[in-house]
Amino acid sequence: MSSTQIPKELLYSREDEWARVEDHRVVVGITDYAQDQLGDIVFVELPEIGKPLEIRDVLGAIESVKAVSDLYAPVAGTIVEVNRQLEDKPEIVNEDCYGDGWMCVIEIAGDDALADLIDAAAYAQHCADRAD
Amino acid sequence: MSGVLRTPLHAIHKRLGARMVEFAGFDMPVQYHSILEEHAAVRERAGLFDVSHMGQIHLRGPAALATADRLLTRPMASLRVGRVRYALLCNEEGGVVDDVTVYRLADDHLFLCVNAANIEKDYRWIVRNSPDDAGVRNASDETGLLALQGPASPAVLERISSGSPGTLERYGFAEFAVADRDALVSRTGYTGSDGFEIYVAAGDLAAVFDALLSEGAADGLVPVGLGARDTLRLEAAMPLYGHELDDTTSPLEAGLGKFVKLDGRDFIGAEAIARRAAEPQTRVLVGFELDAKGIARADYPIARNGQDVGVVTSGAPSPTLGKSIGLGYVAPELAAPNTTFDIRVRGRAIPAHVVETPFVGAGGQ
Repeated sequence: MSSTQIPKELLYSREDEWARVEDHRVVVGITDYAQDQLGDIVFVELPEIGKPLEIRDVLGAIESVKAVSDLYAPVAGTIVEVNRQLEDKPEIVNEDCYGDGWMCVIEIAGDDALADLIDAAAYAQHCADRAD
Repeated sequence: MSGVLRTPLHAIHKRLGARMVEFAGFDMPVQYHSILEEHAAVRERAGLFDVSHMGQIHLRGPAALATADRLLTRPMASLRVGRVRYALLCNEEGGVVDDVTVYRLADDHLFLCVNAANIEKDYRWIVRNSPDDAGVRNASDETGLLALQGPASPAVLERISSGSPGTLERYGFAEFAVADRDALVSRTGYTGSDGFEIYVAAGDLAAVFDALLSEGAADGLVPVGLGARDTLRLEAAMPLYGHELDDTTSPLEAGLGKFVKLDGRDFIGAEAIARRAAEPQTRVLVGFELDAKGIARADYPIARNGQDVGVVTSGAPSPTLGKSIGLGYVAPELAAPNTTFDIRVRGRAIPAHVVETPFVGAGGQ
């Protein structure tokens, strides 16, 4: 697990999403830990633009060869953008989960929209707790 | 992990960085690096699988042959020494207890290679239906099994064995040394590609596995986990017990009629299978391709005009075809190639159509 990347500037959910806060918008993706656990990602089901979300609502699904995993909303808000590139090239999530493999952008709603997120150190501990 | 069994290669799998999962009560490698890469290695070069979780049940003695004939859906008297035959163990109702490969070691000695999840069930079933002089013995714990699969397999094995594996016919086997250890090698597999299954003593397994890995490295051989084993067998449309087959499924529904020889034979389940064959079938196993993005997974409903008409038993992306494929049971009138239906995936309906199987290659058992 030592090689798992956890960028310090991002926030994280306990369901293995990352969130990059840009003013009132949050870019969302899945973490290196998550993409490594899933293995080869072969299909990403993206949310609809305009969809209102509560924290931990199911946003979409990420399918690897072996398994399907739900993508959860790490923050409350409304979907304003999705990464259409993943529809044809889902493997980008394996290759660059914090960059080109982003999933969607959520416009956050309310003052406590980020309340459930944890910082990189806490997320690193969360990953370590689940290691063999 | 208490109660979970390990094969003799467990430490090697960990050393190779495998991701482990529980399968059939064993802690097994699902992948070492990438299911897609491991799948491609088998189709294009060679892959090495630890399948020691599978069981071996021997029948040896004066009644061994007659007992095998009574238990299995194909006659074993005609199985020559040195040959392997795929067959089914059925119950009185004609359901499948297990699907197995049968090896004829000598006139009075055969063994069945059985699915890991069914070892105890099969052993009890065989003992219950065998006379004392059938010599039933469960050798699963002392027997290690590797599968070496892919087009480069004969060349790799040839270099490291005392025999001539390249001259073995499909479904033939021979005994010779592999990496200086006694081995039984059959030209069989569960991938749809050419290859071998290599039986060695459990204590020799690690040495043989390591020797094959290093010998095959130059040929592009890699270790392959259960994830690619599943996508490979699915492309070959080979059934997986617990998915396409179970105790209530008839071999005929599963499309395995060619592995059932009735011909007035008196094997367990013959009467029920014959009776069910005479009745209209209620469901039949078909292969399908998805016509839109998505993956059909086991237990997803198959629907037509909003009505459920079947169920998916196995589904995956086909790395070889670049399409999403699956197997499932549908009503017989929906079994013809190009018949369309939907797969219900998390509330969405994904269109699919029936295709001929195997999906890839000539394959088959």
